[in-house]
Amino acid sequence: MTELSKTGAAVGEPTPSNPSDAFLEVRDLKVHFPTDDGIVKSVDGLSFSLEKGKTLSIVGESGSGKSVTSLAIMGLHRLGARGKNVRMSGEIWLGGKELVGASPDEVRRLRGREMAMIFQDPLSAMHPYYKIGDQIVEAYRVHHNVSKKVARTRAIEMLDRVGIPEPAKRVDGYPHEFSGGMRQRAMIAMALVNNPELLIADEPTTALDVTVQAQILDLIRDLQKEFGSAVVLITHDLGVVAEIADDVLVMYGGRCVERGPVDEIFEKPQHPYTWGLLGSMPRIDRETSDRLIPVKGQPPSLINVPSGCAFHPRCPYADLPKGNVTRTVRPELQQVDGGHWSACHLSPEDRTRIWTEEIAPKL
Amino acid sequence: MSDTNKTDDAVIPQQASAPEKASEEREVLLKVEGLEKHFPIKKGILQRQVGAVKAVDGIDFEVRKGETLGVVGESGCGKSTMGRVITRLQDPTGGKVTFEGQDITHLSTAKMRPLRRDIQMIFQDPYGSLNPRHTIGSIVSAPFRLQGVEPEGGVKKEVQRLLELVGLSPEHYNRYPHEFSGGQRQRIGIARALALKPKLVVADEPVSALDVSIQAQVVNLMDDLQEELGLTYVIIAHDLSVVRHVSDRVAVMYLGKIVELADSTKLYESPMHPYTKALMSAVPVPDPKRRGQKSERILLRGDVPSPIAPPSGCRFHTRCWKATEICRTTEPVLLELRPGQRVACHHPENFADQAPQDTVLLTAAKEASELVGEAVLEEDAKTPAEPAAESEAETPAEAAEAPEASEDSTVAAQESQEPTGK
Repeated sequence: MTELSKTGAAVGEPTPSNPSDAFLEVRDLKVHFPTDDGIVKSVDGLSFSLEKGKTLSIVGESGSGKSVTSLAIMGLHRLGARGKNVRMSGEIWLGGKELVGASPDEVRRLRGREMAMIFQDPLSAMHPYYKIGDQIVEAYRVHHNVSKKVARTRAIEMLDRVGIPEPAKRVDGYPHEFSGGMRQRAMIAMALVNNPELLIADEPTTALDVTVQAQILDLIRDLQKEFGSAVVLITHDLGVVAEIADDVLVMYGGRCVERGPVDEIFEKPQHPYTWGLLGSMPRIDRETSDRLIPVKGQPPSLINVPSGCAFHPRCPYADLPKGNVTRTVRPELQQVDGGHWSACHLSPEDRTRIWTEEIAPKL
Repeated sequence: MSDTNKTDDAVIPQQASAPEKASEEREVLLKVEGLEKHFPIKKGILQRQVGAVKAVDGIDFEVRKGETLGVVGESGCGKSTMGRVITRLQDPTGGKVTFEGQDITHLSTAKMRPLRRDIQMIFQDPYGSLNPRHTIGSIVSAPFRLQGVEPEGGVKKEVQRLLELVGLSPEHYNRYPHEFSGGQRQRIGIARALALKPKLVVADEPVSALDVSIQAQVVNLMDDLQEELGLTYVIIAHDLSVVRHVSDRVAVMYLGKIVELADSTKLYESPMHPYTKALMSAVPVPDPKRRGQKSERILLRGDVPSPIAPPSGCRFHTRCWKATEICRTTEPVLLELRPGQRVACHHPENFADQAPQDTVLLTAAKEASELVGEAVLEEDAKTPAEPAAESEAETPAEAAEAPEASEDSTVAAQESQEPTGK
């Protein structure tokens, strides 16, 4: 334990090895919502960074703060009546600009141009009353001083780019006339019309069939290669993560419990929650007559986050570290090696032993 | 880790073969023949029927006692409609449903009622399927009230026992649905379905609304309950990984038809219908090391065609990379090509071609083959580097455009496809 806390203190706040490379940097982000029942701590001290051309996947259960994080980066928490009910602190740096303290106008100028978002449900994210083309034209003309005609040409070009057949015709279609996959493509076209440098995709394929999902993931990957944007992909599907991510950030109870390069996370995950996620997944590539290994219990309440390690009530190894530390001290992120960080009180030896001996053979 | 896996693999097939044989001999609980459900499309002031959505268009299968039949397919393929028709929540427009030897296709509501005890349904949406104004106690005891059943020890005691059975606390009796999380609600739905000790449970996407960790809890729960109570499941889902995990046999649906029906192991290890193969290749595998292996991937072009006017012949021919003239003109029959594996295809994978004389690919098939991984098209695609392989993949399609060259090249392509699946 003593050894652990020393390393923890020495590292403290993780910073990227070369800060200038990071295009997006989030430092100690907190997003709290005061309610009648108490303060909902949706995001409670989250830090990460992302370079251009890279994809970061944020995984976790519903209510772990994934979507709240993405909305915070987009500056969408402060809009309208919602703005009065949110407390944000920390820093979000995007290409050298700080967003948490920026004025709504400044953020609005960046939104859509520097950073764009793809939502999970394209039917509710698009306006049912306006033609697809008009919605893309609007997104383009907000940031470019061009005529409607030029913008329309651009919209058709984008629809073509995302693989919509007969774009010149479909540009005048309404969202309800598109199938789910086509709608998602149209939304990607809308998000990319201004060549944003940061693309946030919040469960972009969850509502889609696997065949369409494969198409959309391919599309996101191709477009990223073409435009060199940074992509934050929020998902709960570890299959999608393995398919597309460079780095993975695992969230639990509003905090990061583990993050690292995708290979490391799948090969030697260091947090019991990550083990639980991997054990919960039925695999298509293996014969599995064994039972799944679920994470027991329910996700924590974000109003009364469990003391100490937020995962301790569900963690099968919570009693392993001595001195009740899991229930009293909140673990900080510690470097495992390289870019691999994990917030767990278990000693590195214990973690390696449990993973290689108990968990990995069962997956 | 790899060592243990190898030994596991070696052991599992032997274990799996035993229950398979048993399931062959098991009694048929539900038999479906030529089942059709067409929804009429009406137009004009006279509401004349101008067409029909052929949601389910002639399917046959049977469910044996104690087994789990998984049904997979893309959205709009008719799998949910099928579930609602076999439970008689909707009336079929054609075909026959037999439950325990009794024809239930056209039974009246009153005659159906006693059978409702034996056939239960678990719904997808744990939010929409529980009445928000009823307590959990009243929701789970509703089956007893409706059927006029007085369980031993009273309704309340039985409900509390059920709640415990599905992993909830008996104190939840007086709470309302909104006080529960998604996973807990799904457990309530399961408790309600099990209240009358049904013989058949039809579950329509029982876990797709849940988080992975909770999903695993519910999947395990359904497993345990099946063992404990000897239940028979029909599980409808779009998640092929979940279906592989829970099913003994799997039916793959495409546009209202079953295209392949096989034992789970056989289906996943050597799928015979090109659609099954494409569907499975699209599932992302949680293993970043396999990311580079695009060669086995089959990307389907476009969306599922409309069930109002399904394509002629084989319904999959518009998106299939193996489609030939016969696929466009003749509808393939669901045949048992291998023991325990029925497939409806003229040019099945991993098996002898059913129409070897027909080799000229359709134009659509040529386009589709551009999106098919090289390993599927080329025999020795284990090694080629990405850019070189891409140009190679196009050659069979291009060559096929010249009528004389077409036969050779497509035959070669088809022959080479056979050994790939293993």
